[in-house]
Amino acid sequence: MQFRLSEEHEMMRQMVRDFAEKEVKPSAAERDEHEIFDRSIFDKMSKLGMAGIPWGEEYGGVGSDYLSYVIAVEELSRVCGSTGVTLSAHISLASYPIFTFGTEEQKQKYLRPLAEGTKLGAYGLTEPGSGSDAAAMRTTATRDGDDYILNGSKIFITNGGDAEIYVVFAVTDASLKHKGITAFIVEKGTSGFLIGKKEKKLGIRASATTEIIFEDCRIPSSQRLGAEGEGFKIAMKTLDGGRNGIAAQAVGIAQGAYEEALAYAKERKQFGKPLIALQAIQFKLADMATKIEAARLLTYQAAWLEAQGLPYGKASAMAKLFAGDTAMEVTTEAVQVFGGYGYSREYPVERMMRDAKITQIYEGTNEIQRVVIAKYISNE
Amino acid sequence: MNILVCLKQTFDTEERITIENGVVVEDGAVFVINPYDEYAVEEGIKLKEEHGGEVTILTVGPERVEASMRKALAMGADKGVWINTEDFDGDLDEHSIAKIIKATIEEQELEFDIILAGAMAVDDGSAQVGPRLAELLNIPHISTITKITVDGGNVVVEKDVEGDMEVIESKLPLLVTAQQGLNEPRYPSLQGIMKAKKKPLEEVEIDDLDIEEEEIEAKTKVLEIYLPPKKDAGKILQGELADQVTELVQLLKSEAKVI
Repeated sequence: MQFRLSEEHEMMRQMVRDFAEKEVKPSAAERDEHEIFDRSIFDKMSKLGMAGIPWGEEYGGVGSDYLSYVIAVEELSRVCGSTGVTLSAHISLASYPIFTFGTEEQKQKYLRPLAEGTKLGAYGLTEPGSGSDAAAMRTTATRDGDDYILNGSKIFITNGGDAEIYVVFAVTDASLKHKGITAFIVEKGTSGFLIGKKEKKLGIRASATTEIIFEDCRIPSSQRLGAEGEGFKIAMKTLDGGRNGIAAQAVGIAQGAYEEALAYAKERKQFGKPLIALQAIQFKLADMATKIEAARLLTYQAAWLEAQGLPYGKASAMAKLFAGDTAMEVTTEAVQVFGGYGYSREYPVERMMRDAKITQIYEGTNEIQRVVIAKYISNE
Repeated sequence: MNILVCLKQTFDTEERITIENGVVVEDGAVFVINPYDEYAVEEGIKLKEEHGGEVTILTVGPERVEASMRKALAMGADKGVWINTEDFDGDLDEHSIAKIIKATIEEQELEFDIILAGAMAVDDGSAQVGPRLAELLNIPHISTITKITVDGGNVVVEKDVEGDMEVIESKLPLLVTAQQGLNEPRYPSLQGIMKAKKKPLEEVEIDDLDIEEEEIEAKTKVLEIYLPPKKDAGKILQGELADQVTELVQLLKSEAKVI
């Protein structure tokens, strides 16, 4: 058993941390405040290879592994949860299904620009009437000769509007229920593909979340991902891995908040001594540090399993569940350590607390994670 | 163009530094490429990108230095030569390091048109190894440069002289030392990090070199190392502007004793 990162992974972490500190952190508060997605940050990340970490050079990637990817998401999220989810959605949700289920032609056409970061990716599954119950979707894809015609809408789309390539799901045969769902690749700018309203969110405000709308949107069958009826499987398989990206985001947000709280506790004096001399604060920090470490180990383990080609569905669900809850708890406690200042936007911990909440909700709520885990363990 | 870069690994001065028994405690310290040497690495890579050739990193130190050398390789240097001092018992100072590097250049038959080094290391701040090495190799050197242009065998350098600037012309071969402002070192890309592990990193023992141990014995002795005195928090004056000015002048006279 090895609990130390390889020198290469350590070097990657150091690089992403340096990058995050210098290029991402300084503008994090402002981008949050004004709800700005800054594409230039993603462009800089892409130049350093971050947009295509796990994919091979033959697809424009770096040829590293999932562990490097989760480390990158973690380090970005440590200073800015929005930048973390931008990368997570780009790699786990948009690039992964194309890599795994796409034809060679689709990989060259869509995965390559995603991996090189010249294009940004997004994923469209959720609808107003179908969240956790994804099979209840109402967006339809009707075959018309060699094309499909898409109608309907998807909501809460991370990178919506900013992304150029979307992996979306629609019903091709309603009578087959979840076996009648099919995946498609849709490019921004396609006639009948519209970007709807932008959500006003509690957190991760520097990452756009929008509605996407299909109005008689004609897609050639060459953009169908996988076989007809395979969509639900693709969606679920994608979320299995996506969960781990969110777990990494949660670990990063928690780590960032914990470091802020620790530094503040050392600096801030009350009753003639620094806060950290008070046992009430020490216990908070000790709990934070312990839970983050546990969440990180679960996350790295799931990433390692995925990198080894081993089953990781249960591990990633556990990682996402535990890391998401940890992020919420740690950021809330970090605000508490800061007291009144923590509640003020002068300090970053309130932003981290707002950013943390979504990690318990998206890519499968933590309630759904428990369902997933229970399904695994009851079949063991 | 053959480019040699002298790289020293130092502890990160932005991290906590602990001193015990007169030495910096290595356990728990964070080690980085000496920031001035990182400018040298970056400039070496830029010169290679412009003129072609190869960048070789030369580092003297114990096993931990490999991480810093790999980082330089990840940034874009081509190979490294590491002079391992892990098993060397004696004391080494700047004169020793310069002699070791010179002997390594000879032993490894490293050809060079230009040698880059940092203006100084942030740990001991002595700024000697570069110039000493140039003297030993009998080539010219220019220290604290903020710009360099190479055109054929001619070199034009801008040198920082205590805030002023000198423009100096010279010829290759040449040794220059990098001052802050020379460039903005790049982040090693993930592709670069992946490639770095496959790049050659030659290990040389001091015993392998054509050099006697007495020749490289330290000529200086460090008597004491201590942390800088703790700075008190600054004072922010309050009240009417005119009163603040009066108070400030008074404080500058009585407390700071600068006027």
